[in-house]
Amino acid sequence: MNRPPHAQPDRSSASGPGGSRTALFVSHAALCAAAFVVLLPFVWLVCSTLRSGPDFFSSMFLPRGTGLFGVAWDRLTLDNFRALFTTAGFGGSLLNSLFLASVTAVLATLVCAMAGYALARLDFRGRGFISAIVIGGLVIPPSLLVASGFRVLFNLHLLDSFAGLIIPAMAPAFGVYLFRQAVISSVPRELLEAARSDGCGEIRAFFGLVLPLVRPMTAAFLLITFLGVWNNYLTPQIVLQSEGKFPLAVKIAQMKNVYYQDYGLLMAGTLVSIVPLAGLFLFLQRDFVAGLTSGAIKG
Amino acid sequence: MRRDPGTGRFAPWLLLAPFLAVFLLFTIYPALSSVWLSTRQTFGPGVSVPVGLSNFTSLAHDPSFWTALRNTTVFALGSVFIQLPLSLLLAMLLNRPDIRGRAFFRVVLFSPVLVGVVFVAMLFSVLFEKRTGLVNRVLNGSVGWDLDFPWLDTYVMPALIVASLWQYVGFNMIYFLAALQNVPKELEEASMMDTNAAWKRFRHVTLPAIIPVGTFVVLLSIIGSFQLFELPYILMNGTGGPEDRGLTLVMYLYQTGFQTGDLGFASAIGWIMALVLIGCAVGQRVLSRRAERA
Repeated sequence: MNRPPHAQPDRSSASGPGGSRTALFVSHAALCAAAFVVLLPFVWLVCSTLRSGPDFFSSMFLPRGTGLFGVAWDRLTLDNFRALFTTAGFGGSLLNSLFLASVTAVLATLVCAMAGYALARLDFRGRGFISAIVIGGLVIPPSLLVASGFRVLFNLHLLDSFAGLIIPAMAPAFGVYLFRQAVISSVPRELLEAARSDGCGEIRAFFGLVLPLVRPMTAAFLLITFLGVWNNYLTPQIVLQSEGKFPLAVKIAQMKNVYYQDYGLLMAGTLVSIVPLAGLFLFLQRDFVAGLTSGAIKG
Repeated sequence: MRRDPGTGRFAPWLLLAPFLAVFLLFTIYPALSSVWLSTRQTFGPGVSVPVGLSNFTSLAHDPSFWTALRNTTVFALGSVFIQLPLSLLLAMLLNRPDIRGRAFFRVVLFSPVLVGVVFVAMLFSVLFEKRTGLVNRVLNGSVGWDLDFPWLDTYVMPALIVASLWQYVGFNMIYFLAALQNVPKELEEASMMDTNAAWKRFRHVTLPAIIPVGTFVVLLSIIGSFQLFELPYILMNGTGGPEDRGLTLVMYLYQTGFQTGDLGFASAIGWIMALVLIGCAVGQRVLSRRAERA
């Protein structure tokens, strides 16, 4: 902001010894309270998967007993997880989700990076027009495409198939837009000129030069896409009919109708569905935050 | 300039081809054909008859549609006026230069956004239980809240707003944290606790600096709110809930399009939603332009 502040900072009152220490303490306390509220459901979730039967309702976190810290450690059980992968058949859905999310993420990243690079750094007739429809694609609300997109899948005989989920998700306009911005800011024109004058073809330049240079965006976009597919419910719910093809989100929603009283089992399924993402996130935290909020800085 | 024979002229189109093929077929074509589809009545995806504008006129007299629109709007208002101020407050606390454990707070507060909304719904369907649910038990223990408070029978909208607050407050906070970097450095330590001066500083220094990102976050919140579907759908077991208190626009679109099988009617709902959202996007642009000029 290039706008001068209305008032000079009044340092003496802002950081007076007593006032600021209290303020600092209250700030920490408020943040701790917020973190507590956010974490509590996670803690509860983990505890609830380890309880079964009567313990589920009689105790809030771990079953009460005479063991260490007043917890009945011997009543903790992994039965919920056992039932999840045997009777409920959760393993297949886990594999479906892993497959769908990773294949879509890789393909969408490749497709968007190629298009973004072409729009950012190559000169050809029609570039302005294509850039314009990409921007247009950014503002099309997804609700508009639900019904008519379903008809396209129906006409192409892609309903109830993984292809019907993967192919339409391969070309998100915002992916092309993000990669176009990334190429503009981190692939210098001179470098490409030099490569070309050494006889390097455009396709080789893309894989050898451009992709390595936009690596941070590649990582972030892979993750956003993976996350989006993993957590998507509406599309697979509409497209898929065979139970054997259900990803986790659809499977767990269906389980809620079948095992609606078996909270331990349902919570175990929920935990298994979110743990892989938590793992990814902890590994690649920086890319995640940067990727998920990149719209704000660029848009 | 020398180039590989064959790739030079065609290279742009080779690189663009996969994107263009999929984008035209699965985004542009459905977007255009939804105009046509919204003037038809369909019986499943294959059979349809033309009905002119009657989908739109019957929507105007459709009480379920107005309920869904009202619920969705209430949810959007809840997001904008409850969630965003809290996100901003957390961002300002976290932005104090002398805060310890900033990285920890940021990761923790951000983490629920990674959990898919279906899984959040699963979790909260148990947390909102009467008597045994964590929400009522914790509130009962701390402020003497009614253990039998009927979140999912009566107070469906507040329940949705609370669950979504838990999920998104940290996500929006990250945007506001980025925006707060625009506030002139020497004013950064403006504390929330000093009374008058702090409020003046917030009003005249902080607020103007974060308005561009702020209006963008409001727009994102509204767009996100209009997609609300999974949370009430799972919490209410696939219905609109008692007296349709949890019926949202996307849920109504889903019911009419995929349970009744009238994709034409669903397209009409989709178009009304699209027009509302485009209106909001135009409003955001105008507001942020005006703020930048001021």
